[in-house]
Amino acid sequence: MDKLKIGIPRALNYYHYKDLWINFFKALDCDIIISPPTNKAIIKDGLKYANDEMCLSLKIYLGHVSYLKDRCDYILIPRIDNYGLSDQTCTNFLSLFDIVNNIFNVKILNYNIDYCHGENEISAFINMGKVLHKKRWDSIKAYQFASVKANKECKKKVLNSFHKLKSDQTKVLLIGHSYNLHDAYLGQSIIYLLESLGIEVIMSDGFDPKMTNKLASSLSPSLYFKYSKEAIGTIDIVRNNIDGIIFLTAFPCGPDSLVNELVFRKITLPYLNLVIDDIDSLTGIETRIESFVDIIEQKKQLIN
Amino acid sequence: MGNYFIPVNYLLKHILKTEVIPSPPISSKTIELGNKYSPDFVCTPFKFTLGTILEAIENGADTIIQAGGGCRYGYYHELQEQIISDLGHNILFINLVSQGKTDLKKLYHDMKQIDSDFNFLKGLYYLYITAKMVKYMDKIDHYIRSNLGFEEKEGSFTQLQKQMLEAFSKVNNPLSLYLKYLKYKKQFKKIKTNKPLKPLKVGIIGELYTIMEPFANYELEKELAKYNIEVKRYTNVHYLLFEKKKQAQKYVKYAKEYIKYKMGADAADNIGRCKYLCEKKYDGIIHIKSSFCTPEIGAMPIISKICRYYDVPLLNFSFDTNTSEVGIKTRIEAFYDMIEMRKKYEELLHRD
Repeated sequence: MDKLKIGIPRALNYYHYKDLWINFFKALDCDIIISPPTNKAIIKDGLKYANDEMCLSLKIYLGHVSYLKDRCDYILIPRIDNYGLSDQTCTNFLSLFDIVNNIFNVKILNYNIDYCHGENEISAFINMGKVLHKKRWDSIKAYQFASVKANKECKKKVLNSFHKLKSDQTKVLLIGHSYNLHDAYLGQSIIYLLESLGIEVIMSDGFDPKMTNKLASSLSPSLYFKYSKEAIGTIDIVRNNIDGIIFLTAFPCGPDSLVNELVFRKITLPYLNLVIDDIDSLTGIETRIESFVDIIEQKKQLIN
Repeated sequence: MGNYFIPVNYLLKHILKTEVIPSPPISSKTIELGNKYSPDFVCTPFKFTLGTILEAIENGADTIIQAGGGCRYGYYHELQEQIISDLGHNILFINLVSQGKTDLKKLYHDMKQIDSDFNFLKGLYYLYITAKMVKYMDKIDHYIRSNLGFEEKEGSFTQLQKQMLEAFSKVNNPLSLYLKYLKYKKQFKKIKTNKPLKPLKVGIIGELYTIMEPFANYELEKELAKYNIEVKRYTNVHYLLFEKKKQAQKYVKYAKEYIKYKMGADAADNIGRCKYLCEKKYDGIIHIKSSFCTPEIGAMPIISKICRYYDVPLLNFSFDTNTSEVGIKTRIEAFYDMIEMRKKYEELLHRD
C-alpha cells in the first residue's frame, strides 16, 4: 500500500504547531506535503475563494488550501476552540473547518480541541490516528515523540531570542500573530526591510508561550484570546532591552483591533502600528518604517 | 437596545436605591462620539455602545453596568474602561460576565458598593420578574412582527406596544405582570388586519446587536413592513439568555450536512435557521451584520451555499456607522421587486 499523503497549508495554525504535526505524521509513517511559502499566485487564488470581508490571513489560508487540493489524500485542518475559558481563540479558528469544507470539495483530516468540553490535545490526536487507520498505541507514541521534539524546538527558539536581546544594535520588538510574522508575504518582507536598515528584530513568538501567557495579565487582566495573550505578554520580558515596538496586523483582525488599542494606551515605548491589507507594493510601508527607525535611533542617541 | 432598556431600568430601579439614568436613544450624535474614540476596524456595536456610554456620562451617570458575552463582545468593557478613563472621567464599571462566566460574589460586592442596602434575595426576586417581562415582550414582539404593515389603521400596533411597555414598568409582582400580559395580548389580537392569504415572507438572520437595535439596521423591519412583507426573526434577548444553551447544539445537528461544529457567537445558529427558512419556502432571506463581525463573515459563504442549493434569494447587509440610508432603501426596493416577481411567476406556473 502506498503511503498516505497529508497536505498541510503553510498558513494560520501551521506556525503554531508545525513541529508537532510534522513529527507526528513522520512517526506514523505518512508522507507530508507542505504548501510553498505564500506568493502572488496563492494570494490571487485565495482572493478568488474568499469573502471580501475575511481577514487577510484567512484569505491566504484559502489560497494555500486551493494549492493543495489536488496534490494529496487529506488536508489537515484543525478546529481549535479553546484551551480553557481564559484561553480562547479567534472565531476564525472555530469555523475554519466548516468554511473550507463548504468552499472546497476535498477530504479533510480534522481534529478538535475544546478543553471546556473535555476534548484535549492527546485525545484529538488519537482520533486523528483512527481516521488514518493507525493503532491507538502508535498514535500515542507518535504524539509523545512529536511533543518532545516540539518542546526542544521551542527551547532553541527562546535561547535564540534571548541571544538577540543582548546585541548592541538598535532592537525592535515585532508584535503580531505568528502566522503573520512568518508569512513570506506579510511579516518576512517587513523583517527584511528592518534588517536591511541595521535593526535587530525580536519577534513576539520567540518566547515560551506558557510564560508570556501569564505575563499578559499585567497589561490586560481580562484578556481571553490565547494568541493575543502570548503576543502582548512578550512586552513585559523585553521592556527594558528594546528601543521600539512595531505592531503588525492583518486587516481586519478581530482580536487585534481591541487588544492593540488597549496596549497602545498603556505602554510608554515608541510604537508603530502597521495594518496590512492586500498589498501590491511595499513602498508606503517602507517609508513609514524608515521614519520610525529614524525616530528611535535619534532617541537612542539623545539618551546616550 | 431597542425597547429592552425598559426591563433593565425596571430591574435597577427596584433593587438599587440610586437614580437610574436611561441611556438616550441612539442618534447620529451618539455614533459620531463613538466613532471618534474607537479603533478603526473594531466591529460596529463597540462604536455604538461607546457612544452611548459617553452620552450617558454627559447626562451625569457615574456607574456603568455592562454585560459581556462570546467573541469580541466579552472584551469590550476593558478597552472602553481604558478609553473613558483616558478621557478623564472617573467612572465605576461593573461587568456582569468576564471570561465567559459570571462571578456572583464579585457582583454582590460591586452592588454593595453602589448601594449598601442591597439585598441579594430581593435582587433575585426582581430578576425573575424582569426575565418574565423580557419573555412576554418578546412574545408580543413576535406577533407584531408578523402583522406589522397589514393593520387597517396605520401605527396602531406601535401605539399599543408603547402603552403595554408603560404598564409593564409599573407592575410589582409576577402575577400582575402575567395578567397585564394577557390583557394586552387580547387587545393586540383585536386589532384588525387585512393580511392576504399568502403574503411575501422574509426571514431576517444575522448578528445579534445589529438585528436588535433598530437604529443600527436603519429600521429595516419597518421598511419591510411598508412593502407588506411578513417578517420572521429569531434572535431576541429571551433567546440569548435562556434558550441559546439548549438550542445551539440542536441547530448544529439540524444543519449537519453543512457544519460540524459551533462557529462562535450566533454563526452556527444562523446557518441552522437559514436552512429551516429555506425548507419552509420563505420568499427571501436577509442576512444582516455589522461590518467586521468575524463569526458572521465565516458563516456567510455557508449561508450563500445553502440559499443557492434551495434556490432562495439572499440579501446581505453589512452595516457600518456611515452607511447611508438611501442606499439601503434602494437595495430593499430592488430585493422586494425581485421576490415579488418570482412569486408571481411561480403562481403562474402552478396555475397551468
